[in-house]
Amino acid sequence: MNLSATSPGHDDLPSSDVDPFGHEVLEDPHPFHAELRESGPVVRLTGYDVYAMGRHEQVHAALTDWQNFESGAGVGLSNFRREKPWRPPSLLLEADPPRHDAPRAVLARILGPRALRRLRDAWFADAAALTEQVLRTGEFDAVTSLAEAFPLRVFPDAVGIPEDGRENLLPYGDHLFNAFGPPNDLVRQGNPRIAELSAWVDARCRPGMLDDDGFGAHIWRAAARGDITEAQAPLVVRSLLSAGVDTTVHGLAAVLHAFATHPEQWRRLRRDPSLARVAFDEAVRLESPVQTFFRTAVTDVPIGGTVVEEGSKVLLFLGAANRDPRRWEHPDTFDLARDPSGHVGFGMGIHQCVGQHVARLESEALLTALAERVERIEIAGPVVRHHNNTLRAWRSLPVRVHPA
Amino acid sequence: MPPDSSRPEPPRPGGGHSRTLLRVAGRRAAADGVVSLTLEHPDGRRLPDWAPGAHIDLILPGGMTRQYSLCGDRWDAYTYRVAVLREPGGRGGSAYIHDELRQGDLVAVGGPRNNFPLTPSERYLFIAGGIGITPLLPMVHQAELLGADWKLLYGGRTRDSMAFADQLRVHGDRVTLVPQDESGLPDLPSWLDEPRPRTKVYACGPGPLLEAVEARCAHWPPGLLRTERFVPKVESAPVRDEAFEVRLARHGASVTVTPGVSVLEAVRAAGVNVLSSCEEGTCGTCETGVLEGRPDQRDSILDDDERGAGDCMFICVSRSCGPKLVLDL
Ligand code: FES
Repeated sequence: MNLSATSPGHDDLPSSDVDPFGHEVLEDPHPFHAELRESGPVVRLTGYDVYAMGRHEQVHAALTDWQNFESGAGVGLSNFRREKPWRPPSLLLEADPPRHDAPRAVLARILGPRALRRLRDAWFADAAALTEQVLRTGEFDAVTSLAEAFPLRVFPDAVGIPEDGRENLLPYGDHLFNAFGPPNDLVRQGNPRIAELSAWVDARCRPGMLDDDGFGAHIWRAAARGDITEAQAPLVVRSLLSAGVDTTVHGLAAVLHAFATHPEQWRRLRRDPSLARVAFDEAVRLESPVQTFFRTAVTDVPIGGTVVEEGSKVLLFLGAANRDPRRWEHPDTFDLARDPSGHVGFGMGIHQCVGQHVARLESEALLTALAERVERIEIAGPVVRHHNNTLRAWRSLPVRVHPA
Repeated sequence: MPPDSSRPEPPRPGGGHSRTLLRVAGRRAAADGVVSLTLEHPDGRRLPDWAPGAHIDLILPGGMTRQYSLCGDRWDAYTYRVAVLREPGGRGGSAYIHDELRQGDLVAVGGPRNNFPLTPSERYLFIAGGIGITPLLPMVHQAELLGADWKLLYGGRTRDSMAFADQLRVHGDRVTLVPQDESGLPDLPSWLDEPRPRTKVYACGPGPLLEAVEARCAHWPPGLLRTERFVPKVESAPVRDEAFEVRLARHGASVTVTPGVSVLEAVRAAGVNVLSSCEEGTCGTCETGVLEGRPDQRDSILDDDERGAGDCMFICVSRSCGPKLVLDL
């Protein structure tokens, strides 16, 4: 890695030629994140001609400041002011007020804590059933058997899409999150199937495909009331199917890995299962399943002693911010005694993950079921990372469990 | 000068309480009997985001709560603007704001909350009666930004009593001003009797105006008419500006919440780990079940029906109406 002291055009602006989307960083981003934070509040990434921020204070402030840092020009490297997006932009993620308001308000209501209460008992029962089934074998892959299996068991039903083809959801989401990065090998790998996967997802967003009582049908009902337009409804349903699966899967994998490697924290959860909620947020802080998002400066923005010029892309490192020692004590440890509140793993401000309550409920259900039945979880073989330009993910987490 | 994003932000949880107290940064007459207030955070922080149609609660001495629509610019994250009509027949809230509330004073604020959101449409017809112009003002701005086709019909007693009429003049013939003493009441039949395709009607004003608009739109397709009464809703139980007790049912502990401290902070100080995120009542992370007592809901999340239920609260901002709350913690 090469972090030089200054960059041309900015007297004191540190710069780096490290590729944050290269396999070396994706395998282990922490050394790069640490250098980024130590170099300064704003760093120039020369390889991509963008700014980067890794400290909690600036990342939190920039995420919140939609007035100066827009999302509508894309939250990936591609600048929609100049380049055509690969799919119609998301009405949530890639839109700013006022266009962002109505879709966000509709989804926030459908996915709000109060609306989710009706799912709680069923999801807890589903988690218990899945856990029983998985525990019949003492060793299994926690990624496929739990972290993927549970969301795929409950979430598509909650949205209300039909059974067939649900295996398309994960590769679709994986490609979508890769596409926020540069057009590198990870994106090329996904390209051949993307037309087919997009067509499959888009077809599920139509009313005839959606179950009567799911989130999807509620979105269409909002369109019938005129809260969003009929043209917006399928794109809002698409947001659920795009952002609602992979992120949760990797969040669950993160919390399972954390417990498998911190047995004392597992014992603590078993003593007090009400810590399940804190545990998930602590794992989201530690691992940041969504590592990065871009914003685009709407105007010249003075920040951290420099000026981010109008029209430039800024890469916000949520993962680096969530381990900033200026904000957290012992940031690299998984600790249920910590209050992870204020992490930016779900973003912050008007774009903060609208599905966060869904993710928390899924994890609470799964962790509660496991805590009741499992005395100990340990890693049972080599763990393998899955590389994605935006997501921090596991491909394989072999574990051995000891039933209670 | 461009706004400086590096100005101090609240990066850490735990500073939430003072956010519900805002300072009157400015006040000026907006029309006869109408005062407009500019509010800001005493520490110069960003205020919670809002969208057109949103209102805030002003919590006045003695626990009187009054709701006022935000009528400023949401692109300015550091100030809110509300306009308050002096209501001679009112119960003292507007008189207090007109006569007692001074520049520099602190006032407790709840929300913002939005029961009257602007939904997408190709065309809008905005109908304001008197001070009902306040929520429509930012809507007009946004309709303009969205490139929608819009018109505003604005009626008032006299030209001098019509707040922001000057500011609206720049929109030319999109705006029709109808001062009653010059031109009588707005001619609703000619505006509404023919349902207009792909047009949404947003109306705000006194009851009789809204009833007339509703009657005229009865044969319009559903979902096109959206109304809000400007009459500030008065909370049925006064909120509390003194300390109250919070019992944590599962932990079996009790904590006292003093006026300067949030319930969240008090609960944390008692050693109970509660998740939060935004700490401004917008994200929903700190939702807590209420087992007994009546919460004074100051969040931006619940709508009016849900607030009435009182079975949950967002403890980063919400407080108590009575001396005691029992929480599911
Ligand atoms: S922490 Fe966001 S609503 Fe309380």
